[in-house]
Amino acid sequence: MSHAQAGESRHGVDTDWDGVRLHVVTGKGGTGKTTVAASLALALAAGGRRTLLVECEGRQGLARLFDCPPLPYAERRVAAAPDGGIVYALAIDPEEALVEYLDMYYHLGPAGRGLRRLGGIEFATTIAPGVRDVLLTGKAYEATRRRVADEYVYDAVVMDAPPTGRIARFLNVNSEVASLARVGPVNRQAESIMRLIRSPQTAVHVATTLEEMPVQETIDAIAELHAHEIPTGAIIVNRAHEPLLPTALLKAASAGAIDLAALARGLKEAGLPADDDVIAGLATEAAEHAEQLSTERRLKAKLRAPDRPIYTLPDLDTTDVGRIYALAGRLREQGAA
Amino acid sequence: MTPLDIETLLDDPKTKVIVCCGSGGVGKTTLAAALGLRAAERGRSVVTLTIDPARRLAQSLGLKELDNVPRRVAGVKGELHAMMLDMKRTFDEVVEAHTTPVKAAQILANPFYQSLSSSFAGTQEYMAMEKLGQLRASGQWDLIVVDTPPARSALDFLDAPKRLGRFLDGRFIRMVLVPAKAGGRGYARVVHVGLSLLTATMTKLLGTQLLTDVQTFVAAMDTMFGGLRERADATAALLRAPGTAFVVVAAPEPDALREASYFVDRLVEEKMPLAGVVVNRMQQTAVPRISATHAAAAADALDELAGTDARLAAGLLRVHAERMSVQTTEKRRVDGFSLAHPNVQLASVRAFARDVHDLAGLRELGAAVCQPAQPTAE
Repeated sequence: MSHAQAGESRHGVDTDWDGVRLHVVTGKGGTGKTTVAASLALALAAGGRRTLLVECEGRQGLARLFDCPPLPYAERRVAAAPDGGIVYALAIDPEEALVEYLDMYYHLGPAGRGLRRLGGIEFATTIAPGVRDVLLTGKAYEATRRRVADEYVYDAVVMDAPPTGRIARFLNVNSEVASLARVGPVNRQAESIMRLIRSPQTAVHVATTLEEMPVQETIDAIAELHAHEIPTGAIIVNRAHEPLLPTALLKAASAGAIDLAALARGLKEAGLPADDDVIAGLATEAAEHAEQLSTERRLKAKLRAPDRPIYTLPDLDTTDVGRIYALAGRLREQGAA
Repeated sequence: MTPLDIETLLDDPKTKVIVCCGSGGVGKTTLAAALGLRAAERGRSVVTLTIDPARRLAQSLGLKELDNVPRRVAGVKGELHAMMLDMKRTFDEVVEAHTTPVKAAQILANPFYQSLSSSFAGTQEYMAMEKLGQLRASGQWDLIVVDTPPARSALDFLDAPKRLGRFLDGRFIRMVLVPAKAGGRGYARVVHVGLSLLTATMTKLLGTQLLTDVQTFVAAMDTMFGGLRERADATAALLRAPGTAFVVVAAPEPDALREASYFVDRLVEEKMPLAGVVVNRMQQTAVPRISATHAAAAADALDELAGTDARLAAGLLRVHAERMSVQTTEKRRVDGFSLAHPNVQLASVRAFARDVHDLAGLRELGAAVCQPAQPTAE
């Protein structure tokens, strides 16, 4: 693990996830799971390491985030981390993955082609229970353990995984496979993947925003993963709002106790209209801002219950690649990498 | 931009089915419930089919358990029923409806079926459409509002019936898994070679036990293939029938609008009846007169002055500036969307300060979506 060691000595600090090689990022739809996964991969690459970011939902979200052409089914360099690290990305195509899988493990070249001609590959990847999930987890497993000359090719693999509602079933699919196929190579492969997923080398991080449903799903997903003995990582709060007013003013705003006469005088000093509509409108907006922050505070307190490290990322008003670098920096400051 | 008139859509007795679709996290489930409630309170007899509601929303609709049967919602002026989809039970019912009790029992007990009915990619989508077909056939309600599953791809539910059909017609599953059926047809030799190779492959990969389970399953299912295919075709036809309206729900975020674009294009391409797009959670302001730049500049100027009045005004102007800038960004995104889809009707709904999870909140949301669209500023 020469890369990992180089990284540690350069920074001289422990991160929260030393020893973790497979980072799985889940989260409710709309919480920015893909952005969080990309930022984490970039954060983990800092200090000369190599990370692989795996996309498995076929949306080409990573290509858009890194502003590059659509990713083929191949590992491509998508970003350079500070201090010489590299982030590679892979968008998994389940059909290609199945042919590759059959060939790699069972040397089924011609039979694999036969399966494809007869619709077997399509059958397997779209119809058969969980085959898709088996392939996706299998590919992540392969990349995590891949070595060249006794060295891991990637210091860490970050998976942009299915949403919270499906994550436990997704990660647990191999134990289902192992119980369906009780003998043979499929059984052995499934057992090995489960061993990695349940080991301390894996951490499942949950991205959330500070809204009721995503927070509830975060808590539920952590409990569900726990029940399946799958190790959970951090809770990553995305798009948190920063207070725009001093505490005393926030309190006054939420209590409806803003001094409207003083506000009118202040607005006049700035040469702005200070009629009742403006005054009432600004006071309402301040009250809603205060309410938003207090909701977020309450939900953040709720997120402490599962006793996981919590990282908080701001809502950045950009959509370019710079945002991923900024968020990766925030993650590193908080000990994620 | 053409405004989308949801009120007329809800009131029109010719509207029989409203399908709410869109990517995850845009408030689709809540919006579907709000539309159902509003239509019921305006005098229609409504059932809403929800897939995976938040706990508190489910409670407010009186959905305590997943029992796959529509329940009357208390506290509503008018007739509103609600139900949550139980995917496995719906699949079991389909099996039971299409075969003999003995065969049905065999299928239900098969390990391969059990796994298929709870985790087949697309089962949830297919079963949602199946349930919709059942509700429509019952004729008990004059409006059905359906929420679609938070699919891996927002379009999965459109493909589900077709995909099931492909599965049933699949040469692969027939030839490989039920070798007896292939006998006696032409190409016997070729088929035979292919078969033995494939069967050997499958056995090698999966072990004989699983293969036997699958073969038993397919043999048992064989009797009901025809019925299922007809069913899948009927569901696909229902989605295109007059009286069905698709409402695409989006949020003013780049990803959600991109998904909405795919959705709209796909619905148009498939000749599905698209009513329009609802952009949910739009930031609004009470003081549109003062722009973001103006407010921020005034706040900076006030910082130069001492005094509590100036500090107070500066603080509140910064809150306003932030809001205006979010509003402007969102409006620009939505305008971009309508430029790209000039013929698609659009409605927008303001963001609510609080989470909507009770009937009062749903009523307020329903009213907001039906408000005439605000005039667009030039």
